[in-house]
Amino acid sequence: METIVIIGNGIAGVTAARHIRKLSNNRIIIVSAESDYFFSRTALMYVYMGHMQFKHIQPYEDWFWDQNNIELVNGYVTNVDTDQKQLLVDGARSLDYDKLIIATGSKPNKFGWKGQDLHGVQGLYSKQDLELLEVNAPNKDKCKRAVIVGGGLIGIELAEMLRSRDIPVTFLVRESSFWNGVLPEGESQMINEHILEHHIDLRLSTNLEEIIADENGRASAVKTDKGDTISCNLVGLTAGVTPNVKFLEGSKIELGKGVKVNHFLETNVKDVYAIGDCAEQHEPIGNRRPVEAVWYTGRMMGETIAQTICGNRMEYKPGHWFNSAKFLDIEYQTYGWVFGSKGRQSYESHFHWRHPKEKICVTVAFHKDTQQFLGINTFGIRMRHELFDQWLTNEKSIDFVMEHLVDANFDPELYLQYEKEILAKYNTDFSKSLKLKKKSNKRIFQLNI
Amino acid sequence: MSTYDRSMALTGQPPKSLSRNQKLATLLGMFGLVVLVLASFNFNFQNKTLWLSIAISAISIGVFWFSKEAYSEKFPGIKNDGVWFKSISSRGFWAWIAGIALTAFYIVLYFFPEYLGLVKDGGNKGVIALFDPLSRFLSGNPASQWFVYGTLYTVAILVFGIKFMWKYRHNRYERIRTISVMFFQTAFAFIIPELMARLNGDKILNGGSLPYYDLKNMWPLNYYNFEGYRIKGFLSSGDIGFALLIFGILSVFVISPILTYRYGKRWYCSWVCGCGGLAETAGDSFRHLSDKTVKAWKIERWVVHSVVVFVTLMTTAVIYSYLGTDTSKYWLTKSTFLIGMAVLLTSVFAWVMAFKRNELQKDAQYGAIGYFVIIMVLLGIHFFSGEGNVFLFKSETLRKSYSFLIGSIFSGVIGTGFYPIFGNRVWCRFGCPMAAILGFQQRLFSKFRITTNGGQCISCGNCSTYCEMGIDVRAYAQKGENIVRSSCVGCGICSAVCPRGVLKLENGPLKNRIEGNQILLGNDVDLMTLVNQK
Ligand SMILES: Cc1cc2nc3c(=O)[nH]c(=O)nc-3n(C[C@H](O)[C@H](O)[C@H](O)COP(=O)(O)OP(=O)(O)OC[C@H]3O[C@@H](n4cnc5c(N)ncnc54)[C@H](O)[C@@H]3O)c2cc1C
Ligand code: SF4
Ligand code: SF4
Repeated sequence: METIVIIGNGIAGVTAARHIRKLSNNRIIIVSAESDYFFSRTALMYVYMGHMQFKHIQPYEDWFWDQNNIELVNGYVTNVDTDQKQLLVDGARSLDYDKLIIATGSKPNKFGWKGQDLHGVQGLYSKQDLELLEVNAPNKDKCKRAVIVGGGLIGIELAEMLRSRDIPVTFLVRESSFWNGVLPEGESQMINEHILEHHIDLRLSTNLEEIIADENGRASAVKTDKGDTISCNLVGLTAGVTPNVKFLEGSKIELGKGVKVNHFLETNVKDVYAIGDCAEQHEPIGNRRPVEAVWYTGRMMGETIAQTICGNRMEYKPGHWFNSAKFLDIEYQTYGWVFGSKGRQSYESHFHWRHPKEKICVTVAFHKDTQQFLGINTFGIRMRHELFDQWLTNEKSIDFVMEHLVDANFDPELYLQYEKEILAKYNTDFSKSLKLKKKSNKRIFQLNI
Repeated sequence: MSTYDRSMALTGQPPKSLSRNQKLATLLGMFGLVVLVLASFNFNFQNKTLWLSIAISAISIGVFWFSKEAYSEKFPGIKNDGVWFKSISSRGFWAWIAGIALTAFYIVLYFFPEYLGLVKDGGNKGVIALFDPLSRFLSGNPASQWFVYGTLYTVAILVFGIKFMWKYRHNRYERIRTISVMFFQTAFAFIIPELMARLNGDKILNGGSLPYYDLKNMWPLNYYNFEGYRIKGFLSSGDIGFALLIFGILSVFVISPILTYRYGKRWYCSWVCGCGGLAETAGDSFRHLSDKTVKAWKIERWVVHSVVVFVTLMTTAVIYSYLGTDTSKYWLTKSTFLIGMAVLLTSVFAWVMAFKRNELQKDAQYGAIGYFVIIMVLLGIHFFSGEGNVFLFKSETLRKSYSFLIGSIFSGVIGTGFYPIFGNRVWCRFGCPMAAILGFQQRLFSKFRITTNGGQCISCGNCSTYCEMGIDVRAYAQKGENIVRSSCVGCGICSAVCPRGVLKLENGPLKNRIEGNQILLGNDVDLMTLVNQK
């Protein structure tokens, strides 16, 4: 029996712990400074919006940890001594480990803006950030306007949160169109429209210059690079995240942006591993970035590392890329790779369809020469993960995908379906005459094929 | 942890408060209620038709106006902002007030109808009298407390149904389902039985008179359907009466199993049933209050299955009590009936144990065995002891205690009165024997499941929170497992509120339904094979 210490009780650390428990009777200790129990970071917004209470975003009941013999320590790891195999918690308590998993996640970026540490300026990452937001922006009387800096997924979530309490929001986005580093033009355009119709003051191609303080040292306005001054009571900094690894400086563990790991999630020091947001691959895997700050990859790395820890050394080999998000009222899913203007290879061609009235659209990426299906983005239509995963593995052609689109529809029953219109546009765009295949349970549930 | 003010204001402090128009709408609705309350205190409204119309219109317009203010300015989408901040929907002051008022209403309705104006052997008074004109118009008879209740119940489903459709206007499944619920309540539960009452004594019924029969309400939900007086009523009413009796039996043994096989129990619980109908419409604001703990789930399974056993014993005893012993008079005698019951229960039990045992949890297996033994012993005792009481008690005692404990206290007082405290489906989850039987079939023999979309779940918890049946949907979704739970009524709300499009209610082949694919897609395939090894 070995002692496994995991720093961080996020999805990565907790998944690792659960799977190690399944596979072994090792002693497992999770240390975290943020909360006693694991909660779903992705759901923080719903607590502020009143959809859920904090206890609802904890996926396991409190007895779960005891019953599975997973020890929880609430404390901040200040020091890691890899020679002694020892951690220091809160500068005082020491903990010995046989194997150490670092899963400390990320922290919000701050780019050295003037005034970034004033009262009323905050990011949105942790439970403490949520509590702070209740103080900074409890309602529209105390917070007359909020300015959000950074047009990514967390930024738009923060905007939605504040709007749910009728707080006026100005949204500063550096790019010329929302999230167009990732999304193709048409989609990004549609989201711009949707942001505006939610009465969010969207300012594209606009950067933060400085945050201005009032006499009490609270943020009272921001200045943009367009020369505007916008008065506000809250500044939300949501310009991306970086790995939360500062406490490891001075240890022997190699750091880059994050904790450097190889494909086996091993660091340069024996028996020390890193997973989740804080891990940085020496060599990126496929089209993926070296640091992947998403929920799913944290979970997969947790599952992989559990195997390694329990004696079955395993490489982290994620399958096909997928992701999802929600932009205000619009759901977004993606399977495979569909690139925006940034990072798109010359062979990647797109087919795009948008509903004439509703905020629904689809973009399919394919290889110009081989016609191989590369990926799909859908907005306002849910798609079946399993089928796309299989189609990507089997390197299906775009024609095949378009013909079988009905099978992949995952919208609730009785919803209006648009595959006909989509295929019609495809046929026109590429002068084809494909016919839609009928929905087949046999194919969907993969019976005998 | 939150710093917003929790006060008693109905309107809630900011962050969530009612707009001026919503306050006016609430006032208008309340005015309608006050008219009804005044009537029950024997305030004499001269023109009953006029005042009843005023009361019901005020309530309806109040609710419409309120909903319009709440939803019409907003974009289609999920409307749960501030649910946990509002006193009425988060077990605050107003929730308790509403709970107490509803509970009091049910107690009066079931046990003290005279306070509503019911007069034995005389003209109605109070609020019941207010409903006389409407009742006369429909059935030709004066109103009873049940007519008043039925009318208000139907009004509630209709007006809150429209509110619900507004709220979920982006979701066609929810809209169509709600239209269905509204239709079945209005036509089948309310109008048709009243009209049927007009036929009583008529030629087509051979002069007989039918018992009040809500056709969609089947045994064991209407536990009284096979009681002696009703059977007499059916049998005395010519071909129509006989056809209705046969329909009653077919709906239990043939129609319902077929529909449940094809669509899951949702075809009944959230598309047709009146109890479900009220829960889905008027109760929608309370769906998140259901208890999701594993402990609650355990209690649920024991309580609801005990009710099934209770209702089975009770009905057997009741039917037994009016059957004869002489085969020459009627083929169905006391003994044939009991043997029939024993054979039926044994075959169901044997089938489950033979084919479906692996799909039941350990405690469910023990429970099933235990209950089966009890029923068989009780049947046996009767057989070998000759004449006497079946099941140790008089059938009348069983019937009375069932109708008091389950029919009144559980389904009415607790089930609906406590909406604002325990959530809207307490009865359906813990008490309804019909739901338990359909659920049993849904779990073991149905095409229905909620498919989990590969690895897309972010464990946010919206699905679990808003599941009115207290199912921890997330526990399955985050593992990539399908949800096949006997208690799921297929309301579709988990799928609606999921921000990542993870859940889909659908009917498909039985194969692999429960195991589903426990793979969280996007993973390394080799790893998944390992993870799935148990
Ligand atoms: C608002 C928001 C919304 C998001 N939505 C999505 C989404 O929709 N989809 C998606 O894929 N991803 C989403 N993400 C990203 C996703 O939440 C993260 O990728 C994921 O939570 C990372 O998990 P992790 O386990 O690596 O780290 P974390 O969840 O960050 O957990 C790390 C834990 O370690 C603790 N810790 C750090 N240092 C120490 C120390 N020295 N000692 C003790 N404890 C320490 C931290 O306090 C923290 O509790 C969202 C993130 C945010 C903030
Ligand atoms: S699991 Fe979903 S569909 Fe079933 S009852 Fe719960 S919320 Fe409704
Ligand atoms: S609502 Fe959707 S994403 Fe959230 S826990 Fe449920 S299934 Fe997962």
